[in-house]
Amino acid sequence: MKNTDLIKLPFSKNNPILVQVLGVCSCLAVTAQLKPAFVMAISVTVVVALANLIISLMRNTIPPRIRIIVQLVVVSTLVVLVDQVLKAYVYDVSKQLSVFVGLIITNCIVMGRLEAFAMVQKPWPSLLDGIGNGLGYSVILIVLGAVRELFGSGSLWGFPVMEKLGLYRIGYENNGLMIMPPMALILVGLIIWWHRSKNKELCEQ
Amino acid sequence: MNMKWLEQWFEKIEPKGKMSWLGSTYEAFHTFAFTPKTVTRSGSHLRDAVDMKRSIIILVIALLPALLFGMWNIGYQTSTATGAGWGWFYCWWFGFVRMLPMIVVSYVVGLFIEFAFAQVRHHEVNEGFLATGLIIPMIVPVTTPLWQLALAVAFAVIIGKEVFGGSGMNFLNPALVARAFLFFSYPTHMSGDKVWIASGMWHNDAIAGATPMGELATGMNPSASALSMLLGNIPGSAGETSVVAIAIGAVLLLLTGIASWRIMLSVFIGGGAMGLLFNLIGYNEYMQLPFYYHFLMGGFAFGAVFMATDPVTAAQTNCGKWIYGLLIGAFAVLLRVCNPAYPEGMMLSILFMNCMAPLIDHLVVNSNIKMRAKRGKEAAK
Repeated sequence: MKNTDLIKLPFSKNNPILVQVLGVCSCLAVTAQLKPAFVMAISVTVVVALANLIISLMRNTIPPRIRIIVQLVVVSTLVVLVDQVLKAYVYDVSKQLSVFVGLIITNCIVMGRLEAFAMVQKPWPSLLDGIGNGLGYSVILIVLGAVRELFGSGSLWGFPVMEKLGLYRIGYENNGLMIMPPMALILVGLIIWWHRSKNKELCEQ
Repeated sequence: MNMKWLEQWFEKIEPKGKMSWLGSTYEAFHTFAFTPKTVTRSGSHLRDAVDMKRSIIILVIALLPALLFGMWNIGYQTSTATGAGWGWFYCWWFGFVRMLPMIVVSYVVGLFIEFAFAQVRHHEVNEGFLATGLIIPMIVPVTTPLWQLALAVAFAVIIGKEVFGGSGMNFLNPALVARAFLFFSYPTHMSGDKVWIASGMWHNDAIAGATPMGELATGMNPSASALSMLLGNIPGSAGETSVVAIAIGAVLLLLTGIASWRIMLSVFIGGGAMGLLFNLIGYNEYMQLPFYYHFLMGGFAFGAVFMATDPVTAAQTNCGKWIYGLLIGAFAVLLRVCNPAYPEGMMLSILFMNCMAPLIDHLVVNSNIKMRAKRGKEAAK
């Protein structure tokens, strides 16, 4: 596989959420607003990329029987670091994300890429693969966050779009279902529907 | 009635060649005008000996008493709340004018999406929406804004039905999906005491007036008597208030065999049993409420007759139907009494049991297989 594909494929035919169906849990939980979704996306991307790099560097010294534990130690170290950075610089968002930053450890994308890629590939492709998958996850998170905040709270990144457009005066109202996790699941389903109709070869028979 | 001219006219405009992509649309209108002599062979009506069109038309007729009464009641409630003192016909006319836009919006949006999907997927347009499109305006408050209704209908038809393959493939009742969408999206328009009574014919404000269930949820006893709950001159959604009008529809459905009497009966048994159980506990006033009040209030009767019996989403086996109905009734009363956040439990309870129906059928069929295998073994000994 070419190195550019490692970055490109996770955006289209190998998207972690749309095709691998990994990391769905967090994408339902943190996308009620754009800002936390964006911060979460960055955090996961950083963790996946660095974890992939570190595990790939260590891959020849890890005994296969305890590899999951070694991977977990590396991932949790990175997650603690990310958590501390978030607390230091964007405290309010960190509060909003609450437990979900810690739960990056259990994000299937991280473990999935470590097991499937970093354990058997050289450091440079592993880093690229981590960045690619992190960004593929980020795209979906940001789209969901934008749609849900726009229609659920009438704003984008805290800016009251709907109010400025004057929609409330003509009877428009925010959709309460949009800020509930079930709607995020339905939206992911709709995106998958659209994505499959563009990529027929991905359709399961 | 002489239909020959219509037939000839249809033959003339039958799309051929370049226009043949309109085939599904043409087919839908053609079969609507000329009831087919054959039994439809696919989808939900596979298990049925009648054509789906006829059963849906009878369902629509069964809904009419509740609809006509609901229209009168809308006017009556406004007349009482404002002290206008209108005659019965003006009450009905007021309700008719209020309801008509809702029914039109529901049908136009829903049928447009149905036709679009049928056209893209090259299958015939199913008639199921003729009933769904009428039920939706009947189970939402009369002051629901039309754009919200349109959005809910679109959501229900696409997410509740078409993504699963259209009529007969949906596992949730589409009308209830529409109501659930409204309930969770715009809660201020769907419950509380400021939605049930329209203030005027042409503007969409509401006058305060609580339903019996709304009063109970806030800890008061219902101000309406059991008799007026039975007759239905109380605030509420258009279709749900009058148990008498619903009962007329129920008789028609049962006589024609469109709806399952097992489901209908077992919903009431389940709700009654749960009500009696709460009477025994008697912890608060809501629990001490006589069990039959649950049948008269809110959407219990309407749900039991028109929604729980939906043949597509209900359990299919006879034993499964009993379990399905009993649990719907029991959960509805449980939600009403124990969960103050949801004053009406019927919608959520039917949707929940819709999800469980395939599981119930699976268990019933499997236990039957096991029982017969055992019997076979004993006979072989």
